Amino acid sequence: MNTPALTELLFKMADDQLILGHRNSEWTGFGPLLEEDIAFSSMAQDKVGHSQALYELLHNLGQPAPDEVAFLRPAGQFHNCIFVELPNGEYDFSLIRHFLYDTAELIRFDLLRKSSYEPLAQLAHKIHGELRYHTLHANTWIKQLGTATEESISRLQHSLAFALPYALGIFERSPWEKELAADGIFEGEEVLQERWRTNVEEVISQTDLTLPAWNTIAPVLGGRQGKHSEHLSPLLDEMGEVFRIDPTASW
Amino acid sequence: MKPTPATSRDVYTWLEAVKDPEIPVLSLVDLGVITDVVVENTTVDIEMTPTFVGCPALDIMKQEITETLLQRGMTEVRIVVNFRDPWSSDKISEKGRRALKEFGLAPPLPAKVFTDLEVLEHVSCPRCEGTNTTLKNVFGPTLCRSIHYCFDCQESFEQFKPL
Repeated sequence: MNTPALTELLFKMADDQLILGHRNSEWTGFGPLLEEDIAFSSMAQDKVGHSQALYELLHNLGQPAPDEVAFLRPAGQFHNCIFVELPNGEYDFSLIRHFLYDTAELIRFDLLRKSSYEPLAQLAHKIHGELRYHTLHANTWIKQLGTATEESISRLQHSLAFALPYALGIFERSPWEKELAADGIFEGEEVLQERWRTNVEEVISQTDLTLPAWNTIAPVLGGRQGKHSEHLSPLLDEMGEVFRIDPTASW
Repeated sequence: MKPTPATSRDVYTWLEAVKDPEIPVLSLVDLGVITDVVVENTTVDIEMTPTFVGCPALDIMKQEITETLLQRGMTEVRIVVNFRDPWSSDKISEKGRRALKEFGLAPPLPAKVFTDLEVLEHVSCPRCEGTNTTLKNVFGPTLCRSIHYCFDCQESFEQFKPL
């Protein structure tokens, strides 16, 4: 097993889940309606749980304990894509991000169900089942609001245009693509991106929204290498604030 | 007289007393989260798996399992959480499904029929058993529940989600 390649893969997935989970949790108490408040809070709980399980796999590969990697690393050591660290903005942006990101995650964990690294394959099987509820939720609202009123459609269209370059950053290539594929750990970002495009097109085609030509979108990269926007550090400061008061405290 | 050594069957029986902290009518055994029990003398090795990966009740469950078994005379309880035999709502026993319904929670449909939202649209109401119901939210007050509305009872109800 190629441990450096596997470690890189697990870190970027775990960091994505943690950071987006945290952003989702920021909707708690602020949702546009109670049911959406509950939905984003539930998805936050799922995603933070997924990150913990992935950090646990990393811990078994020799990395520090989950709480330490989650709460004590500086921004430059996080490997999440920039997309997930962007502030929630208005609900239309959060919804578009939820749709674009979770569509990719459902496919990623579907691919990983066949991973040659058995602990990851088992976890992916489980997470995939849970993520189906996330994409069901996203697709339902995209279809509903994407065909509703002039305001809902134009808001979503505007957010979609803003979000797409960042969404392509999800698929920033790893330095280990070849090794991961050769060892059967993960088929790779390219395969994932292909399938993602098809699924995104399929849902958007059922709405009044339009997608630009894919080759006109310049991906926002860097997150996977620890190069982040100015939004990540304040998020980490807030997220780890309590833990850092006393890292040895028993909870 | 020496007491008869405990068997894994005894442990399963004792664990009937440990309930899901979020659904207090359902034992962990009926919930299906205990995936293996091995007893050697007074040492018990338990393998369990969470309903949802982020289930916050897991630590409480582990603690209550340990306390219950220590009270039964076991001296060491080791619990491993893994996804070797992942939880699915199909693991809930018949007894567990009846308990859920009496509690007012619609039992989950078989996981294999849950392919899209349509399946969740007309979940049978735990009060009147009618299917004149609608899905209000795939997310509910806990990770494992969805929220529905019954047009006949004119009341909302929750379902234990198929997974």
